[in-house]
Amino acid sequence: MNGVHDMGGMHGMGPIVEDKNEPVFHQEWEGRIFAMNRAMGAWRKWNLDASRHSKEVIPPAEYLRMSYYERWVAGLLKLIVQSGLTTRAEIESGAPVSGSVKAVPALTADKAVALVEKGVPASRSVNVAARFQVGQRVRARNMHPVGHTRLPRYARGKFGTIDRDHGVFVFPDTNAHFLGEKPQHVYSVRFAARELWGEQAAPQDSVYLDLWDDYLEPA
Amino acid sequence: MTTTRRDFLAAAAATAGAAMTPDLNHAHQHGHDEHQAVPSDPALRVKALESLLVEKGLVDRAALDVLVDAYEHKIGPRNGARVVARAWSDPAYKQRLLKDADAAIAEMGYGGLQGEHMVVVENSPKVHNLVVCTLCSCYPWPVLGLPPVWYKSAPYRSRAVIDPRGVLREFGLELAEDVEVRVWDSTAELRYLVLPERSEGTEGMSEEALEALVTRDSMVGVAKVSASKAGNAA
Repeated sequence: MNGVHDMGGMHGMGPIVEDKNEPVFHQEWEGRIFAMNRAMGAWRKWNLDASRHSKEVIPPAEYLRMSYYERWVAGLLKLIVQSGLTTRAEIESGAPVSGSVKAVPALTADKAVALVEKGVPASRSVNVAARFQVGQRVRARNMHPVGHTRLPRYARGKFGTIDRDHGVFVFPDTNAHFLGEKPQHVYSVRFAARELWGEQAAPQDSVYLDLWDDYLEPA
Repeated sequence: MTTTRRDFLAAAAATAGAAMTPDLNHAHQHGHDEHQAVPSDPALRVKALESLLVEKGLVDRAALDVLVDAYEHKIGPRNGARVVARAWSDPAYKQRLLKDADAAIAEMGYGGLQGEHMVVVENSPKVHNLVVCTLCSCYPWPVLGLPPVWYKSAPYRSRAVIDPRGVLREFGLELAEDVEVRVWDSTAELRYLVLPERSEGTEGMSEEALEALVTRDSMVGVAKVSASKAGNAA
């Protein structure tokens, strides 16, 4: 979706402020919502792409106003209600609906250790033909899906070169909407900075994006 | 003032609702600056949410504690610094790191969540690499920990791709005109670590001494490594 989260190339966002002694979590609740996202994700009612999309659909003014982890709160609430893990009534009352059976948590402490150490690979060991070869000139498609996509606006319609084939990965545009993993090749695509931004960019500079087969067409 | 758990969850539900009515009062108080103190209500909302999810048996508090502790105390940029120092000290390791980053980083005992598919890009006198995620906050957790606020902020995400040299200047790094800047926008599940240039004056230093010179910022690409900046937390 053409949301405000797709920020590459925007102006007017202000100076970058670096806090030299920044804690990992600024307040305790940031750590708790961070961890709850993972613990609730273990129910496998949604995936990482759906989780990203849950924050992208926060209306633009709200998205910009919220702190990073406030977006996580909004995203998680949306996901747990949509997935049926909790009801809106429970969120509103703050208590489990009476008579409901208590579940056994999907993510225990030992599983949390394993999750951190092993991760959740997004690559897939399936034999899918690559549509493009390293060195090939390509064009990022001029597409504007209303759902989730990882093709930023600033690269759409632009010409680049396949720099590396990373192999086969889950496709976010379908996966985020539970329409299947549609595994396909992801490439590192080099775009000359001048192709993206015009004469203001230095001639030798470039931006590399990791793009799926479905985002590209032969040039 | 006492406010019940019910009130806070109801407010949170309203925020998460389909309409998502902008809370103008809140916006007025806190503006657009992500660095300001977070108001207390998210703290209470999150506490109420945690209580609900624990009561429903959906969440195990001990698992939450493990996750918070891992990223607060165990996983951070010192991991990446060890990888970089090893690469500087051992040319064969460096070759493996650039060719197959996952395997080489696993050799050092690191890997896992948000570092399942790693790529290492090397800085040189003629090439400078910079990492960003314009769409969200993708960052190589196993080697750098969780990202700092500036990395996730609108100013960095918006400008790193269109004006990388200006961004670097803001971090105090002025690049020569003939240097090639490569910006890596983490749009997929590949996670990027910059292998900074080994600075002059570090010849003969031990791997441990080198490790102390490597900053988080140098591994994101917004700084260089300096022989005189040992102990810089960033």
